[in-house]
Amino acid sequence: MIVASGLKYQARELKIVGTRPLRPDGVDKVTGRARYGADISLPGQLIGKVLRSPHAHARIKSIDTSAAAALPGVKAVISRDDFADMAEEYAAAGELTINFRDVTRNMMAREKVLYDGHPVAAVAATSEAIARAALKLIKVDYEILPHVIDVIAALRPDAPLLHEEQYTEGVNPRPARPSNLAKRLEFARGNVEAGFAAADTIVEREFTTKPVHQGYIEPQACLASYSEDGQAELWTSTQGHFVFRAQCAKLLQMEISKIRVTPTEIGGGFGGKNNIYNEPLAIALSRKSHRPVKMVMTREEVFRATGPTSGGHVKVRLGATRDGRITAATAELSFQAGAFPGSSVAPASMCAFTRYDLENVRVIGNDVTVNRPKVAAYRAPGAPIAAFAVESAIDEMAKKLGIAPIEFRLINAAREGTQTYYGPKLGKIGYIETLEAARAHPHYRAPLGPGHGRGIATGFWFNIGNETTAALNINEDGTATLIMGTIDVAGGSRAAMAMMVAEELGIPFDRVRPHIGDTSSLGFNFITAGSRGTFAGGMACVVAARDAIEKLRDRVARIREVPLEAVLWKDGHAVPAEGSARQFAPMSLAEIAGQAGKTGGPIAGHAELNVQGAGPGFGAHIVDVEVDRQTGSIKILRYTAVQDVGRAIHPAYVEGQLQGGVVQGIGWALNEEYVYDADGILANPGFLDYRIPVASDLPFIDTVIVEVANPNHPYGVRGCGEVPIIAPLAAIANAVENALGIRFYDLPMAPPKVLQAIDEAAAAASKA
Amino acid sequence: MSEMRYEAPKTLAAAVALLAAASGGARILAGGTDLLIQLRTGRIEPSLLVDIKGIPEMTSIVADSSGFRLGAAVTLMQLTEHQALAQEWPGVIDGIKFIGSIQVKGRATLGGNLCNASPAADSVPALIAAGAVASIIGPAGRRETPVAEIATGPGRTTLTPGEIVTALLLPRQARHSGDAYLRFTPRTEMDIAVVGAAVHLTLDERGICSQARVALGAVASRALLVPEAAAAVIGTRVDGPALACLAEAARAASQPIDDKRGTREFRLRIVGVMAQRAAEIALDRARRNS
Amino acid sequence: MAKHHVSATVNGDGVEFLCATDQTLLEVLRDELHLNGTKEGCGTGDCGACSVMLDGRLVCSCLVLGVEAEGRRIETIEGMAVGQELHVLQRKFLEHAALQCGICTPGILIAARALLARNPDPTEAEVRYWLAGNLCRCTGYHKIVEAVQDAAREMRGA
Repeated sequence: MIVASGLKYQARELKIVGTRPLRPDGVDKVTGRARYGADISLPGQLIGKVLRSPHAHARIKSIDTSAAAALPGVKAVISRDDFADMAEEYAAAGELTINFRDVTRNMMAREKVLYDGHPVAAVAATSEAIARAALKLIKVDYEILPHVIDVIAALRPDAPLLHEEQYTEGVNPRPARPSNLAKRLEFARGNVEAGFAAADTIVEREFTTKPVHQGYIEPQACLASYSEDGQAELWTSTQGHFVFRAQCAKLLQMEISKIRVTPTEIGGGFGGKNNIYNEPLAIALSRKSHRPVKMVMTREEVFRATGPTSGGHVKVRLGATRDGRITAATAELSFQAGAFPGSSVAPASMCAFTRYDLENVRVIGNDVTVNRPKVAAYRAPGAPIAAFAVESAIDEMAKKLGIAPIEFRLINAAREGTQTYYGPKLGKIGYIETLEAARAHPHYRAPLGPGHGRGIATGFWFNIGNETTAALNINEDGTATLIMGTIDVAGGSRAAMAMMVAEELGIPFDRVRPHIGDTSSLGFNFITAGSRGTFAGGMACVVAARDAIEKLRDRVARIREVPLEAVLWKDGHAVPAEGSARQFAPMSLAEIAGQAGKTGGPIAGHAELNVQGAGPGFGAHIVDVEVDRQTGSIKILRYTAVQDVGRAIHPAYVEGQLQGGVVQGIGWALNEEYVYDADGILANPGFLDYRIPVASDLPFIDTVIVEVANPNHPYGVRGCGEVPIIAPLAAIANAVENALGIRFYDLPMAPPKVLQAIDEAAAAASKA
Repeated sequence: MSEMRYEAPKTLAAAVALLAAASGGARILAGGTDLLIQLRTGRIEPSLLVDIKGIPEMTSIVADSSGFRLGAAVTLMQLTEHQALAQEWPGVIDGIKFIGSIQVKGRATLGGNLCNASPAADSVPALIAAGAVASIIGPAGRRETPVAEIATGPGRTTLTPGEIVTALLLPRQARHSGDAYLRFTPRTEMDIAVVGAAVHLTLDERGICSQARVALGAVASRALLVPEAAAAVIGTRVDGPALACLAEAARAASQPIDDKRGTREFRLRIVGVMAQRAAEIALDRARRNS
Repeated sequence: MAKHHVSATVNGDGVEFLCATDQTLLEVLRDELHLNGTKEGCGTGDCGACSVMLDGRLVCSCLVLGVEAEGRRIETIEGMAVGQELHVLQRKFLEHAALQCGICTPGILIAARALLARNPDPTEAEVRYWLAGNLCRCTGYHKIVEAVQDAAREMRGA
């Protein structure tokens, strides 16, 4: 049974929530004081480095580490033999599910290497130079196997097989032969055949996207110290230190209490730091060398071996009546999972059409293994891929029907009570309000320049809750120290939490100091994923604050010798309840705290919750583009992102989430992609050729915050970080279609592709 | 692990001697923006780095009546700040500005960009179009060679062991002359040219093109001087038909390859566009330069 | 391996360190001088997180050798605030919410200060092109550009 906090939204006058105070982590970040993964060091530490596969697919016949181990300065060498094999066992890690059998193989290859960059061995040495030299001395005998990179190629019967024992899950009866199709999912509602029969118009299209990387600027970095009594300390840049602790314990066969993980400041994650990579290796190296071991990835390692998001292939079919009602919708999504099963195809499938109120839907999701790094979550994992396909098809359908794209969406919009095809009915949501705000924005009606195009697209994301803890210590001087268990993945959740706590306590924002606790200071917290930070973390902080207030009231009731009901908490003071017969002199938080020792001991509030009731978020984006018809280059001229966030606790940080998400979406749409050569080797593992947007590529990103309160949060928070990356891909494709009359079905819309399409269209036009 | 030595000679003679003594195991360190990456990735393992930034002749800009003498180790940022240079050779400055970031330009040098011999080097086409000459010193003494004849292919040059490019020599810009360099990249900045094109032209009193040089980058194993493209505009008003001929000649001269930065087909498709657009800018600059 | 003995100034203070030929200035700052404010995002000059000033020039410290710092003047993020007083840019970055994860922030602040030193009134495009060598994956650059322009305004006294 799940016990939720039960706190509901209450509209009330607010003093702090909704204002824009300075982030508590800000000064450290502008002065260089903030400590990230690579900034932590211990006396006597060694440097750990990883030997990685130079092949896309090969059987490991033998590994000889003897020469490396004999190199002076090398203190430990590890490979597959240093880790126990793991049985199939599943666990949640962010929005995606992991299987320990696979995690141990991804962390350190066992039977085979499955992608360029797959770890094969690791060393710890007294210097990085010695560690690098040692890697060169490790002899690995490979039997090179044929590889497969493309998702559709991987599904062919004769495709090279990654996992000889992989029989497709979700297919009945079980297939006779193993294949790269790890899992097939199906979500259905109504009768799609009847729905298509009732349609006047049908749009049916196929779309592809390339894998893209989260592109956080801080490479993964960690430091481990294993002591002779079997205790391990780990500092790491992570989105979920409790989950990392659990996974390290499992993989190293340690008890959870023997590992303490301290999260460092995180230099960007976006889902990419939901997964362990070097952490168990660092602990194992420390265990073997009896020295602390620090491991920092190079940028090349980040690209080659940490999870990008899937490349996808999506077939969409839509049917609609002349008056604009969608009668049926189907999609089949095939996602690259990378070397091991577990792509974001499940959430993508659930998101695909969940902006619309549809009777007849069927969505099939295929999880496909290929010789690429195992994918990781990336901001609304999978949803942008699905939305690129569906929102492009919606745009095409609207155009066919002669209905303005926003109007077409409004006709079919999901609303409170809409039955989803994957399970629940939608609660109170703000999709219609978001669309209406987009329609009302001046951008929507601004005249377009000659040859320019405008596109619109929308996005949906669930948002999530899960296990969350917080502790609020009332200090002797009446200030408060907030210990949060949810990592602030940099969106500013420390500020938002402290604001909510200050609002609850009725004290100024700067009297509440938030910190992220290590794994020994609080109970288990889920990863900061699914836009849960300010929603679930905020819930825990409010519960902890109210718990503290209860104790403060109780203390005052005893000091003033009045019943508890006679004590009210208001503006940072315990005051007599209005109309109560038992009047007393009010006491400030500082006064109560100052006497706490003598009146019963220190005062603190706690929350240990499994937070439920996340409120889905919706966004609507408008973008104007210009296409250079001679080079195929696309320029973003103007961009407006409208989003229902429930409630913006700190509006500036919400705007920052929207702007950042949009720009990641722009990169995805225009230039970012993994390029593999014929041997399955990543050709662009660096920021020079993996082209994330630079400042001069972009205009200002205008934002409109819509606030339809989430009824299941005391301040109405929904979460906001993921929705903004969903719509840009389709919005830009729709704008390019509007500019050129050519629709793009493949991302990225890189100049060669665009120019070729322009040339082909011109050739076709001259023939006609 | 072998030890890599570092020397920072104060004179050209000392630098030449160091290079000669290292018999091929030495690398010249100028801005280091290519070299340090090659070191980091283990692509090169020299026994000696000869840092030439302490040699005054290599780190100074001299402008006189005969033209500009640009020390090969002057940083690109210093070059962009030289007003007379920017005024006379804006196309050369265009090429320099495209290289890397402000940070990279704070270190990178013309000599490095030239001798690293990337076919996509952004400063090289404009230097070739400008008729720039490289001043070289080596064990056999000094010599001068047109910039167009330095690179022979990716990472390969006509420099003999121990030779150092000390300066790039640019003439004074003639009246009614202008130059321009344009490149195509997917992003606005921080990319390597997929195609680059430089045009230098001179107009006579009637506005007819009397002299032109066209150079292309990233469409062959080295930057190309394309006389056929120049011939297409010489004797014309550099109008539409002439520009179309220039674009066609640029395309015809290109021998691009497929790589991760662009396809052969795409490069052939846009090399003419870039050449034509560069010519239009050069024409505009020539008209203003009276 | 014989190391080089190097003397330089960092944020006005004389420093001495030993380094191998192949150690970069970034490695020296972080590993030898323990100035961790300068960050490594790529090690190849493509992200700008390691931006520092070297004799008044904006450079990527990952593309400078430690041995090249002999006799040179280096300025890092640690020297940007004067005592309790944040630099205007630092303050404006906080006020405009121009940072999220903050890993790119030291490099961007150093780069922005270099811009304003030579151009006190940059246009939006000038800010964007000057900062093109500093990758930020969190903010979409919007609030960074606003903060730099606002800081420029205040520094001009406008």
